Amino acid sequence: MERLTVDVAIIGGGTAACAAAVALREAGLTVALLEKRLCGAGASGVNFGGVRQQGRDFSELPLSRRARVLWDGLNAKLGEDVGFEATGHIKLARSEADMAVLEAYARDAAEYGLDLQLLGPNALRAEMPWLGPAVVGASLSPTDGQANPRVVGPAFARLARRLGAEVREHAPVRHAAHDGAGFTVEAEGVSVRSRSLVNAAGAYGGAVAGWFGEAAPVAPLAPNMVVTEPLAPLVTRSIGVVGGDVYLRQTRRGNVVLGGGRGTADSADGLARPVAATSLGAMGKSLTLIPDLAHAQVIRSWSGLDGEMPDHIPVIGPSGTTPGLVHAFGFSGHGFQLGPVVGEILAELVTTGRSASPLQPFRIERFAAWRGPYRSEGEIEH
Amino acid sequence: MSEPVVAIVGAGPAGLRAAQVLAEAGLRPLLLDEGHRAGGQIYRRPPPGAERPEAELYGFEAGRARTLHDLADALAPRIAYRPGTMVWGIAERGPAGFDLDCLGPHGHDRLAVDRLVLATGAMDRTLPFPGWTLPGVFTLGAAQIALKAQGMAIGRRVALVGAGPLLPLVAHQYAQAGAEIVAVLDVTPLGAKLKAAPRLAASPATLAKGIWYTMAGALRGQPVRSGVRAVAVEGTARVEALAWEDSRGRRHRVPCDAVGASFGLRSEAQGADLAGCRFVFEPVTRQWQPARSPEGRASHPQVYLAGDGSGIGGADVAELQGERTALALLADLGRPRDAAREARLDRRLARQTGFRAALEAAYPYPHHLVDGIGDDEIVCRCEGITAGVLRRAATERDAREMNRLKALTRAGMGRCQGRVCGHAAAEILARTLTVPVEAVGRLRGQAPIKPIPLREPA
Amino acid sequence: MSGLFQRLAPRSGPAVPFTIDGVPAEARAGDLLIGAILLHRRALRRFEFGPGERAGYCLMGACQDCWVTLADGRRLRACTTLVEPGMAVVTGGVGE
Repeated sequence: MERLTVDVAIIGGGTAACAAAVALREAGLTVALLEKRLCGAGASGVNFGGVRQQGRDFSELPLSRRARVLWDGLNAKLGEDVGFEATGHIKLARSEADMAVLEAYARDAAEYGLDLQLLGPNALRAEMPWLGPAVVGASLSPTDGQANPRVVGPAFARLARRLGAEVREHAPVRHAAHDGAGFTVEAEGVSVRSRSLVNAAGAYGGAVAGWFGEAAPVAPLAPNMVVTEPLAPLVTRSIGVVGGDVYLRQTRRGNVVLGGGRGTADSADGLARPVAATSLGAMGKSLTLIPDLAHAQVIRSWSGLDGEMPDHIPVIGPSGTTPGLVHAFGFSGHGFQLGPVVGEILAELVTTGRSASPLQPFRIERFAAWRGPYRSEGEIEH
Repeated sequence: MSEPVVAIVGAGPAGLRAAQVLAEAGLRPLLLDEGHRAGGQIYRRPPPGAERPEAELYGFEAGRARTLHDLADALAPRIAYRPGTMVWGIAERGPAGFDLDCLGPHGHDRLAVDRLVLATGAMDRTLPFPGWTLPGVFTLGAAQIALKAQGMAIGRRVALVGAGPLLPLVAHQYAQAGAEIVAVLDVTPLGAKLKAAPRLAASPATLAKGIWYTMAGALRGQPVRSGVRAVAVEGTARVEALAWEDSRGRRHRVPCDAVGASFGLRSEAQGADLAGCRFVFEPVTRQWQPARSPEGRASHPQVYLAGDGSGIGGADVAELQGERTALALLADLGRPRDAAREARLDRRLARQTGFRAALEAAYPYPHHLVDGIGDDEIVCRCEGITAGVLRRAATERDAREMNRLKALTRAGMGRCQGRVCGHAAAEILARTLTVPVEAVGRLRGQAPIKPIPLREPA
Repeated sequence: MSGLFQRLAPRSGPAVPFTIDGVPAEARAGDLLIGAILLHRRALRRFEFGPGERAGYCLMGACQDCWVTLADGRRLRACTTLVEPGMAVVTGGVGE
């Protein structure tokens, strides 16, 4: 059994956790990160790959705006191309009621500094003549885009290692406790003593919080994704719809990634699987948006395990029971874009006890009176 | 209680024998097959219009082929046979069963089944060598199918390269059909074959066939050259020549316009993966396969395995296994057992196992050639990922395992899902990390098992 | 055009007219699309991610190397599809 003594222990190896390890090392603290499988292999690595501010809960927009700035510098920071491209994110309306939703959102988003362009049918067809007749209007966020989710988390993990963080993979955490003097984290093959503890355990974040007497109802969430063979360039923007039942983007190499609906999640074995009926449903819906995809072949489907909160926004902030413990989990299917900034925020919370970003809506105490389990359902907006 | 629904995936030798046993027992199994006509690859029947005499198509195996084709025809009214149907998704359906997602001539269909017999066969196993992605380079199996199913040769001047009993067979078939064969090269050393010869003699018929094909080739002036190294296809846009180094280090080059090359077989086991079966590493052939009991039971209690899809044994073994695993399935359903029949099959399978081990020793997967694969050589032919990219992912990007290698490099992420590159990529990763190849694991199967159209066919 | 594949066993069945890049070609009933094309051409398609052309590889529906496009947009795996009269194959001029 390996024994480590560090300033900060981190449970979880997703993008936020690995980015936190990087930021904490940059602040001069010693760090041990414990990941049950491989860093960036969970929700961080298997998500849609949308780098999107548009459509977020307004409480998330300040974080998302700050994250967007980081994305511009990510390749340089990580020393690797993570495939980020500001292709714009466009949210489509399929009815007048949808359009009204987009108009209201755009008005309010402007107060957060997010400029969205509303497009009527003519402007939309002029720019994107490949959209099907089901689409009646849209809202474009020109600064949003997409990236390759499979490489971002691992790249942060490698940077954390290069900066001296002790990163341990295949090290599931069995238990963590605070004894008055500090934290002890018991993981497979390694035991860590630390002054501070970061809970970035995703779908298991609620279980970790429970060890410290805090309620956080996290339900497993498994977005259902499929991808086509490489196609000639067609889909110029990352695309979502009002209602969230389908979303798609075309990668630099030509594959069209499309999601919508849910796979099955099993938090016991940590695996999420796509569901054939859901895949077929998303394929059909994508065709109504882009009829030209009719002849494309689908070559793969997948899912991944994320954690979802009842109010669809994450828990980010200090523990209400245990000084030195900070949480960041439950990103509810839209944490990819936030990952890099959440790493910075976690480091701020550990080193100074406060953050430059407004975290009030994300405090864990909002669930203090929560009773009983929670099952997540409904669409995952993109 | 209503009859249990049993689905058999694959209508080759294993699937057909399983269907026969289940039909005899009064079940009406579903037989789902991608092929338009039953028979599988080895006894593949040409499409209507391309028929030829069986003796010409199947040589020594003509009798066996005819028997199986007749069986398929006789079974048709007693089973639910669905040709031209791909099972692209398999998901467990509680408490004990599966949903099979199928794409057939009439579109998508979801079938609820209680038990599953997977007889999904195998494909050629390959290794990259210079020029292997040029148009005109095919697998040996492809060369054989072109001839059997189409009466065509893959080129005007054909060179054949291999590491298995398929090599002299294809050479013989091509010569017999009047094709021009310019070289027949075996990358395994003659010594391995001589060492294995006594054990191979346990199956005199097969050994005799091998010797016969080899001799027949030699008499036509195309001896099988053993222990060949540094095989390279030359040409910029197309195949122009094949170059190699013989066992004494001399360089050779013959002009040609097509090459058939592959190195043994690999199991098509994605279905077992999706069904939740446990896989084990088979050290002799160096590949992961679904765990199978001698009677054909998978680790999953509702799944049965037979044929090359769960362990390379060839067509005769596949027939025996198909029959045996169907008997195991019937026993598990509480049907009366025929102990004598089971014992007879078990004895025959045990004999075959010994012979197969010797055959594998005679024709080992030439993994040592991996070191000769240059950094610029494409390994994943779908995505165009080179050996150098894979090696650097190991040395610079912490790839220690196949699925991480795939996530970082895209190798195995293309249309074929790593069928073609998976084994070679694993050997490259393992050699780079200096770990045994089993330590880097295997690519997980993902639905759809093969591409499906985004729009459902009308 | 000289093709890659060579027909060794003559076929008595009816001729199947189809086109490759608009050029009329002839196959025989029972020909798979891959055979029909490669009797006339030396490749089926361009490789998407680099220079070079592809002509299929395994002929048993496993390697997915032989997907071709028809003029009506359809995508077909040439080794598991029979040629049909009137098929208009679009290769972009490969393998001539």
